Amino acid sequence: MEKPINSISLVIDGKQISVPSGTTILDAAKQVGITIPALCYHPKVSRSGACRVCIVEVGGTLVTACTTPVSGGMEVITNSPYVENMRRDLIDLILSDHPYDCMVCQKTGECELQELAYKYSIRNPVFRGERRQYAQKDGNPFIDRDMEKCILCGRCVKICDEVQGVGAIDFAYKGFWAKVCPPFEQDLNCEFCGQCVMVCPTGALIGKNWVARGRYWNMREVESTCPYCGVGCTLSLHVKENEIVRVTAKEGRGVNDGLLCVKGRFGYQFVSSPDRLKTPLIRRRKGGDLEPATWDEALGVVASRLKRVKEQYGPDAIAGLSSARCTTEDNYLFQKFMRAAVGTNNVDHCARL
Amino acid sequence: MSTSSVEIKVCLGTSGNAAGGEEVLRLFRHYVFDRAVEARIGTRCEFRKVGCRGFCSKDVLVDVIINGSKTTYQSVKPIMVERIVDDHIVGGGPIPEWMAGDEYTSFHSKQYKIILGPCGEIDPENIDDYIRMNGYRAARKAVTKMTPDGVIDVVTQSGLRGRGGSGFSTGEKWRICRGQKNDTRYIIGNVGEVNRALAEGNPHAIIEGLLIGGYAIGAQKGYLYIRERYHLSVERLRTALDQARDKGFIGKDIFGSGFDFNIEFSFGTESFICGEETALMESIEGKRAMPRYRPPFPAEKGLWGMPTVINNAETFSNIPLIIGMGADWFSSIGTAESKGTKVFTLSGKVKNNGLVEIPMGMPLREIVYSIGGGIAGNRKLKAVQVGGPSGGIIPESMIDMGLDYESLRKVGSIVGSGGMVVFDDEDCIVSVTKFFVEFLQRESCGECTPCRIGTKRMLELLIKITDGTGEIEDLDTLNRLSGIMTASSLCGLGRTASNPFITSFNHFRDEYLAHIRDKKCPAGVCPALVVFMVVPEKCKGCGLCRKACPAGAVTGEIKKAHDINQELCIKCGACYKVCKLKAIKKQ
Ligand SMILES: Cc1cc2nc3c(=O)[nH]c(=O)nc-3n(C[C@H](O)[C@H](O)[C@H](O)COP(=O)(O)O)c2cc1C
Repeated sequence: MEKPINSISLVIDGKQISVPSGTTILDAAKQVGITIPALCYHPKVSRSGACRVCIVEVGGTLVTACTTPVSGGMEVITNSPYVENMRRDLIDLILSDHPYDCMVCQKTGECELQELAYKYSIRNPVFRGERRQYAQKDGNPFIDRDMEKCILCGRCVKICDEVQGVGAIDFAYKGFWAKVCPPFEQDLNCEFCGQCVMVCPTGALIGKNWVARGRYWNMREVESTCPYCGVGCTLSLHVKENEIVRVTAKEGRGVNDGLLCVKGRFGYQFVSSPDRLKTPLIRRRKGGDLEPATWDEALGVVASRLKRVKEQYGPDAIAGLSSARCTTEDNYLFQKFMRAAVGTNNVDHCARL
Repeated sequence: MSTSSVEIKVCLGTSGNAAGGEEVLRLFRHYVFDRAVEARIGTRCEFRKVGCRGFCSKDVLVDVIINGSKTTYQSVKPIMVERIVDDHIVGGGPIPEWMAGDEYTSFHSKQYKIILGPCGEIDPENIDDYIRMNGYRAARKAVTKMTPDGVIDVVTQSGLRGRGGSGFSTGEKWRICRGQKNDTRYIIGNVGEVNRALAEGNPHAIIEGLLIGGYAIGAQKGYLYIRERYHLSVERLRTALDQARDKGFIGKDIFGSGFDFNIEFSFGTESFICGEETALMESIEGKRAMPRYRPPFPAEKGLWGMPTVINNAETFSNIPLIIGMGADWFSSIGTAESKGTKVFTLSGKVKNNGLVEIPMGMPLREIVYSIGGGIAGNRKLKAVQVGGPSGGIIPESMIDMGLDYESLRKVGSIVGSGGMVVFDDEDCIVSVTKFFVEFLQRESCGECTPCRIGTKRMLELLIKITDGTGEIEDLDTLNRLSGIMTASSLCGLGRTASNPFITSFNHFRDEYLAHIRDKKCPAGVCPALVVFMVVPEKCKGCGLCRKACPAGAVTGEIKKAHDINQELCIKCGACYKVCKLKAIKKQ
């Protein structure tokens, strides 16, 4: 049931704006160029209003901009001293339970919490006290989970459940000791898509592959297409000294719109493997070694052999199997080749099942 | 002696049970049979299990009613039953020394028990008892003779406000929910800790209230949400629900009106946050109990995304009375803004502890002194904490205030869950505050920043102060924390968690300063700040304190003044308590 879209007029920091009903204050503010800081809000997941950092003033009381829909005649103030002080204190509270190790943290420079600490110039928190400390580390192969850095924003829990449909992690324990973890605090054992790593605002979730492999500002980002399957996700390769040290995906780019799977995100090491084939190989003598050849030579061999088999035994003696690592276009061409050039319907694909 | 009717009522609430009520009832049956009482008096003896009357410190309470004349016995133990049967029921002579005394009378006489009243009278496991006192008549009237809007009008006019939380108008809440477009709606009874006496003593009133509410808002289904651990409450509610179903009060085509309504249980665990309405809905949906942001409010988008009314069980218990006796009757009780009665759990340093129901607006003084019988041990009243863990601490000087929503809000407290703890001059207000904050910190769900970390930091600072290492700036930090938590927390828990600190700091600033500046705990409670010493002139060397000391810190020869080794002393106060000569002083 589509709701009729009514336009709602309101004022944000003195700026008049009209937006469709149902728009949140946060989104409305964005439209007039006002960025309201938020740690738990993420466009890909449902809202929770947990971090409280996006609080704004409406009629003297504080509401969270990410959850509150606009209403007619609303007057929103996003930057009064009251709001700014409160936000500062909320960041301060979070920092009072956060390791002060930005200088060695992989997330430095990309950390949303660090950005806010910088913005509000919080060198030493006003609030002090016990910090969560966990001895146990997660032994999974892909994701470094440092729960001391977790700010309980819940983005990872939600993207795992709502977007990936896996539900590998959730909140456990209560209050100050609340903790995001897999069931019974076992090592993470999921698909390892790493969507959680992508949305984590702090250094709590990091790809193990790229820990201490370089700062992001020392890398070149190269856009590419994932070679693993026909979906053809758009990748962002982070290259340092001509080596890929990390792979991410950007929101708004390609079919994947920021999402990746375990292969695309974590399985890039083969690119610089010394074992990679760089030319076609042909076994020229029976029992002999595979020897490097040119593409022309290799294709010539394949064509002549196929032709021979077809002449001798008919086209149905030939079958073609193609790969999910090829693009859809490649696969299309392959079946076309099998049917039109070879003349058989014996064509199949590893992702058919 | 010949008589025509004998009725024996045994209190079998949770407390009555714990005090051996089941055994007492069994023995009454046994001796009445053994002495052939029924043959002798020529009539049947009626035995009745009844719910809690609130005076739990004197359980087991037993009424013996002969020809309409009632005698109440208190603290009845199994061994006392035989004599009550022989002397009183057979012999006709009540036993004065076992009878409930003046405190039982004064405990009850100032109360106004419109909803707790039936709890000590009727058998909660027998629907006919409830029907005999007009039970389900209000539901029949509502469903067959009134329109849903008519019901909502009456509830609104009565002025009934929620008994579980912020005191929102119940009629208004129902109207908002009824006004939603969706066809599916839900109604939920929030049966909390303080509602156990109701659930155990008069479960049908809750069910009838839920039924009327369901009819009014157009719900097809109601839920009773209760902690699974409250076994007796669950059992009695379940029995009541089964009986109501058998009678056709719950189910299809209720009272031949075509209205279908069913009620289902949903169980919570040991968690304070499960009582918060949106966390509760998450819990019913099978998720972790973490509150939802508002708006949308539950009445617009609640359980399973549908419009939902959630009310406290006490709120629901009032509904049959309001429909049955009218809005005017109900609104004649209480104050201008707070109508009806409210149940409080009176505890702490008063003589009479228990569950009390008072008309809204009754002065706090009257509860403490008339109903509570004053301060135990005739000590001095210091403060009363009202509203449950996140209520405010009200000093003795303000004890003439009335107990109603507005007055309590004005002093920084809440009606909340109706908790009421009385403190005397031996209680340390900082420690008391620390106690409540400790609870709230433990029960915070951890979802939002200000509550998750704020309650922890608040507790740490209070511990620091009671440990004697507090600094003056800590008070600023505590006030700053209170401001953040109150204004920016996601749900009621965080928003009210600083009430104990704010109110106690406002009224007992000197006590905080004494802890911080003078390193003294004026009440002599905080171990780090108190020293136990022997006053040599008073000590006769009896040795009691030496024997009582668990740490071997007291030394001294018999008949000579003793001494306390401060290195070994663990500040437990055992010597202080045991000394009959007041020869030990706390500093
Ligand atoms: C932390 C917390 C715990 C609560 N616990 C209870 C409870 O045990 N029982 C209850 O009825 N309401 C409880 N409430 C209030 C409910 O959220 C809700 O306001 C109430 O059930 C509404 O019913 P009413 O309008 O009849 O008061 C709690 C609120 C908070 C914030």
